[in-house]
Amino acid sequence: MSTKEFSVLNHVMVPEHHIMTQEEVDDLLSTYKITHDQLPKIYHDDPAVKAIGGAIHDIVRIVRNSQTAGRAESYRMVVKRPKK
Amino acid sequence: MDDSMVEQILSSGLPEKTKNDLMTFMEGKKITSEQFEKVMKQVFVEYGNTRVEPCEAVGVIAAQSIGEPGTQMTMRTFHYAGVAEINVTLGLPRLIEIMDARKTPSTPTMTIYLKEEFNTNRDRARDVSWQIEATRLSEFGDVTTDLVNMEILVNINKEVCQKRKISVEAIMEKAPEKIRSRHHYRDFVHEADADKAVIHFFPKNAESYQNLFQLHNHVRDVIVQGIDDIERVVVRKESGEYILYTEGSNLKDVFQVEGVDTSRTRTNNIAEISEVLGIEAGRNAIIDEALSTLREQGIQVDVRHIMLVADMMCMDGEVKQIGRHGIAGEKESVLSRAAFEVTVNHLLDAAVANEEDVLEGVTENVIVGQPIQLGTGDVKLIAKPIN
Repeated sequence: MSTKEFSVLNHVMVPEHHIMTQEEVDDLLSTYKITHDQLPKIYHDDPAVKAIGGAIHDIVRIVRNSQTAGRAESYRMVVKRPKK
Repeated sequence: MDDSMVEQILSSGLPEKTKNDLMTFMEGKKITSEQFEKVMKQVFVEYGNTRVEPCEAVGVIAAQSIGEPGTQMTMRTFHYAGVAEINVTLGLPRLIEIMDARKTPSTPTMTIYLKEEFNTNRDRARDVSWQIEATRLSEFGDVTTDLVNMEILVNINKEVCQKRKISVEAIMEKAPEKIRSRHHYRDFVHEADADKAVIHFFPKNAESYQNLFQLHNHVRDVIVQGIDDIERVVVRKESGEYILYTEGSNLKDVFQVEGVDTSRTRTNNIAEISEVLGIEAGRNAIIDEALSTLREQGIQVDVRHIMLVADMMCMDGEVKQIGRHGIAGEKESVLSRAAFEVTVNHLLDAAVANEEDVLEGVTENVIVGQPIQLGTGDVKLIAKPIN
């Protein structure tokens, strides 16, 4: 058994995740005329969020390899995982 | 094609794939700027036609586009012998499984890719598979019950150990420990003899035959090598490299095994993927699994419908099922929920909680007899005064 760390971000099924700066977020929200909570969510303990070091209320830009468009951007807001 | 044209394509705002297609098509061709203008104009017209119109009811279209071919699936076989002698649920049962976001599929399987040093040599691939396949103690030697001395004897076969790349000592250490931790059976003591490769197990109650036989079952079935959830591993050569197919799935533990390529290895358990690799990987898994299930049945469904479904399921950061415990059950509107399933409960709960319905969705408006907010119904005309 190897104890070598593996990063989920290297997996083919995991698209790129980036934390967006405040300016980028403002830009995004104004282009789509939406508010923070209208974005899709991602949990704070999601392995990909942990790997990039995202905190609650950050907005993550996800660059997917889309089968239709080739490359598509998507956004998710980091939220706390609700207690069951 | 000159640089200014390339520039113009790159800054056109078209999707990446269209840009690439356009560039590979025009590469090395002689094109006048007039022709280029014409091509670009037509590309924009065609691209505009592929886009969804505003206020289009995409959800209903997706539901119908997946549902209609789904009716043809029921008439075909339910189960189908999958790759490499491993049975995998396919067809409609599998599609239902995906949409229901089950925690464990009925036939979990993994496709394990190996690192370069391991994937070209069958023996090395087999060595990795020993580390993964769950193997019981009974496969490593004879388990005998000695009724006279009230003990269980395990004669470990050294050849098998050598073949499976595990030391006798490791088995001796692991077997009693695992019986205690995994089987929760502690009423025994053991003695290991490394030179003779024999383990003695004695039940604590030396009088009871029942305890002895119970212990015998635990000793025989204790898994001493491999990952508990993975019952079978098949090594297959595919497009020049050896790949392991498994029955049973445990992504997290398999990633820890040496030689496993942690960037390509995958499972058909969507819940597991979203847990280990994150929600975005889960979304991709839903798309891949749904698409391959449909394709395998010879049904062509546009990816965009499946992408919409997958997006809906992964909206809130975890994989939610489509149905009353997931997406449909969490709708804002009371009337909409009541129209779906368990009508009375929803109406009663809403009445008790003094819920309001803002009548924004389709179902609610149909119920109360208003125009629905879709297509032309969502557009409001505002007249501009002439002066």
